[in-house]
This record gives sequence, structure tokens and C-alpha cells, in this order.
Amino acid sequence: MTILWLALRSLRARTLATSLTVFSIALSVMLLVGVDRLRSATQAGFSGTISHTDLIVGARGGGLPLLLSSVFHIGAASNNIKWESYQHFAHHRAVAWTIPISIGDSYRGFPVIATDDNFYQHYQFRGGHGLSLAEGHQSHELFDVTLGATIAKQRGLKLGDKIVLAHGIEEKSILDHANTPFTVVGILAQTATPVDRSLYITLLGEEAMHFGWSGGTPPAIGEEVPKLDPSKLQVDEITSFMLGAKSRVSTLYLQREIDTYKPEPLTSIIPAYTLQELWSLLDYADTALSLVSAAVLVVGLLAMLIALYTALNERRREIAVLRAVGLHAYQIFLLFVLESTFIAAIGTTLGIAAVYALLFALRTTIETHFGLPIAQVGLSPRVELYAAATLISAAILGLIPAFGAYRNSLVDGLNAR
Amino acid sequence: MTEAVPPPAVELTDVRFSYTSSKPILSIESLILPAGLRTFLHGPSGSGKTTLLSLISGILTPQQGGVQVLGQQLTKLSPGKRDTLRGSSIGYIFQTFNLIPYLTVAENISIPCRFHPERRARIASPLGEEVARLAKRLDLDAHLDAPVTRLSTGQQQRVAIARAVIGSPALIIADEPTSSLDTDRRDDFLTLLDEVLQGATLLFVSHDLSLASHFDQTLSLRSLNGAAQ
Repeated sequence: MTILWLALRSLRARTLATSLTVFSIALSVMLLVGVDRLRSATQAGFSGTISHTDLIVGARGGGLPLLLSSVFHIGAASNNIKWESYQHFAHHRAVAWTIPISIGDSYRGFPVIATDDNFYQHYQFRGGHGLSLAEGHQSHELFDVTLGATIAKQRGLKLGDKIVLAHGIEEKSILDHANTPFTVVGILAQTATPVDRSLYITLLGEEAMHFGWSGGTPPAIGEEVPKLDPSKLQVDEITSFMLGAKSRVSTLYLQREIDTYKPEPLTSIIPAYTLQELWSLLDYADTALSLVSAAVLVVGLLAMLIALYTALNERRREIAVLRAVGLHAYQIFLLFVLESTFIAAIGTTLGIAAVYALLFALRTTIETHFGLPIAQVGLSPRVELYAAATLISAAILGLIPAFGAYRNSLVDGLNAR
Repeated sequence: MTEAVPPPAVELTDVRFSYTSSKPILSIESLILPAGLRTFLHGPSGSGKTTLLSLISGILTPQQGGVQVLGQQLTKLSPGKRDTLRGSSIGYIFQTFNLIPYLTVAENISIPCRFHPERRARIASPLGEEVARLAKRLDLDAHLDAPVTRLSTGQQQRVAIARAVIGSPALIIADEPTSSLDTDRRDDFLTLLDEVLQGATLLFVSHDLSLASHFDQTLSLRSLNGAAQ
């Protein structure tokens, strides 16, 4: 106990050196824990992109491309599926609801999704959150468009604005649907998912855009453009659909039935599994980032070691006096180990506290701008592990100056200069 | 006749000590410090004074011979027990830089008692009161809570006296404690040291022979140390 008192007094006397060392460790711990917390938030945000959807169904192909195209709107689907196939499963007795998805158009690089009312009613994210409209109403009419929150903000669009959608999903499309402008009727509330960056029209609206087209190309110049007759519009194909089963148990039966559906080759995925698979791919980047932060922590600890070790020579007199008043050599050793451990303990505590204070202060900003659900991220065993690892490393590194002091105490005895 | 004489506080017999195996620094056939006496040990710089003090205080152990301190044969004690004996029964005053820089004057004075309950137990009053009493006696009471770095050299040496005598250790060792003081301060220092000894054995080491008159007996390290001859 007296040694601890001595260690604290000694650290307090060297306020500047101690604070700088504590600060460097706090910064390193902050970086390490900050990266970890943001990683957890990213993972929570990522896996919460879609929830309560049991299966996603698309044309035969890979699971990852299907997930990327239908949920993240990245890349194009390998093929379409027939409206009849969709209807077959939409009315299946084990199926509670379905959301049809048809993609292929865009607005200034943002994907346009053709869907129906089921999307607004059944799409869920991050646990049980459903979609809600910040303004206006959902798309009903042929040329209605509902905007994700980010698009409305970024492009400065408001209700009643007319926009022209472009054919294809590239940002610089050479074909646009100038003949069929859409009217903004609704703006969705922020979800911090890819929904915010998409536009939603009706399935028939999409057909209307492409009315008179054949084989994916518009009528040639001079060719007579047939007059749009809404009664003649019908949906032949969609890209994919999401599905909620009546009971979780039936999901696997349904999946098997879909994958072996005779009239058309289909693929179905369980979104949670495929999301996990996708995350494990992205996790490499996180591992690299964690390694960099760990390296920074090592540098912080080395700075502490240097500070303690360089002070060693100046402290030879002090050690001789302590030996003269009867301190054992091991107590001198303990004094130095305690000093380094104490520096690391304060640094770690400050670093972790700073991360949580920052995350708490910036949680709204981070959620709005980066879509990371900070509020869901609490303490984790990983943070405790980092804290313990920092303390143990500091104590181990502290052994080096401690051993130096111990050796000095034996060599110098009472004779230090 | 021999039974009437109290056992010496320090007795060295046939001690040989060397840092390297080649040449011994100290070779002392016999050195006796009678209990309760103030002994002046004279030796020029480099004659092995500090090495001798390290042997007596149990920091070093001789390669040969016996060092008996306050009835204990140091060569038979473990390093830990020697540290405890030093802390609880020996007060030590250095030539200079006697104090722990990050402790206050009061904390510097009381530190041996914080680490050694035996020394603390010899004080009847509360520790704080004893520190205050000694500080007053040594004219340090105005500086008790001050950092030691604010003190003059003379004041620092008086703090060192207080720390050496607190808890009444039986042996006080002073290693050239006056060499950093001017003549007036040096005499004050010796007078004060005398006053607070309370019957303890004093071993005072200096190269300055003019101090010898203040002590009960004078020894010359040069004549004691066979290795220096």
C-alpha cells in the first residue's frame, strides 16, 4: 500500500511527462476501441439492412449477387423471373407476404425500384423497424415516385417535383425516359439503409416507361411511338422478390420448393445467412484496420517505456535514498511496475471514456450521415479484452525499467551519484 | 571484566571485500564501534568509506569475514532481513541529495516509519506529532508541507537528520554529511545532530580531520584498511 502511495506521488511530481504518456496511451486506446465500436456499429447496421424477411428469390444464380442486387441495389441481376412464377409463390399457402422488386432504371446514379404496396407495408430493417413516410404518400399512380430520404436531401427534391428517370443503372446513362416524367409524391423517413438511396415507383409505372420498347431498346428515330394506353400495361417479369413465410419452420421447405421449381430455374436465399457471408468478406478490411490500431497502441506503450526508462538515470539518487530507508530491492522493482501499470490504467480508462463520450455526443450525426446505428453499440467483451491487454502489456513493458531500477539498486547500493 | 562491557553496536572481523575478483577494496582485521559512542571515522576520498558503510548497513556483503550489527551477524541474514534491519534500526545521512524529490518535508521525515512498523512502534505519540516535534527541534516547522526542492542545502541536511533519528534507531550512519555546508552551518549541524541522538551509536565519516574533536573516538580508515596500505 505504501509502495502504491509512493508510486502515485512520484507520478504526480512528474506531471507533464506523466500526462503526456497518459495522453499518448489514451489516444491509442481510443483509436483501437473506436475502430472496434464503429466496426460493431457497421456490422449492426449492415446486418440490420433487412430483417424479418425469410427468403429472397431471384433467377438461378449466386446467392451473393442476388442479395447485392435486391437489397443493396449493387450490380445487375443475372436474369428476370416470370410474373407467373412470382404469382405462384405469392399465393402459396405457406407464404404470408411478398415484395416484388424490379430494377434496371436509375436517377442520377440512384437506383429506381419498381415495387408495389407490399414494400411499404412489409419491408423491415434493424429488428422490427418498418418504413414510414416523412412527407406525402407512397406511389400509387403510374407516374408517381417515392424518394429515399438521402436522395430528397442531396438532390433538393420536394413533393410535386417532376423528374426524368434514366434507363440502365449507370450514373451517366445515355438513354433517358424524357417522355415519361415522374412526379414526387412521397419522401420516406430516414432508415440508414440502402432504402434511403433508392427511388420507388410502381411496377406498372416501370412498364409505362418502357412502353413501345422492344428488346431493351426504345423506338428508333422516326419510328412511330405507340400512344400509351394504361389499360394495356401488364407486368411480365420482375427481377426478384422478398418473401415472409407464415411460420419460420416452413422457410426451409419453401426454400427447397423454390429451388426445385420446375417451370423456371430459381434461386432463394435466407438473407441473414447471406448477409453473414458477405460480412465475413468485408471483415478482412476490418482486421487490417484493427491491426493498424493495435500497432498504434504498441507505439503508445513504447512511448511510455521510453519515458520511464530515460527517467531511470535521474532517479538513481532517489533509489539509493529509498534503499537507505530500508526498502527491499523487490519493492523498488514493484514501484516501477506500479508506475507503468498506473499510467496505462489511467490512459485506458480515459481512452475508453473518450470513445463513448464521443460516440454519445456524435451519435445522431453518425447515424444520419453514415447510417451506423451507434445507439445499439454498448460495451463489449472485446473492449474489456483490449483494456486488459493494454494493462497487461503495460505491466510487462514496465518490467524493463523496473528491472533497470532493481539492478541499479543492487549495483549502486547507497553510492549513487 | 569483559562481561561488564555492553556488546558493540558494530563489529567487523577479518572482513575482505572487492567489487572485482582481482584487488580487494577493503581488508579490515577488526573494527569495533562501542554502543552509545560517537565515532569519527576519517578517510580521504576514494579510501573505501562508502563501501565500508554499505557493508555495515547490509547493502553489500563481504566475500570473507563477519559483520555484526546491533547483535545480528549480517552475513547470516537474507538480503530482505538485512533491508529490514537497516530500515528499522539504522538511520542514514548522505553527503547530499538526501531527500525523495516528490515528497514533502514531513513525508520525507516520516518515510522510514511508513515502511517499518517496528520503527513506528518506538514512537509513543502519533506519527504526525513526532514529525512536527522533530521539525520544530530542527527549525524546520515552517516548511513541513513544502516540497523539498524549495529548501536550502542546510535545511535539506536537517531534514536528513530528522529522517535518520525518527523512531530512535540504535545506529546512525552519516556519510560526509557536512561537506556541502559552510563552516558555520557545519558546526550548527553537528550540534543539532548531537542533541537529537538520544543515546544512539553514531558513525560519522568524513575526510575533514578538523571535525574529530566533536566525537568520542576517532578511527582512521587508512590504518584500519589493509588493502589501502
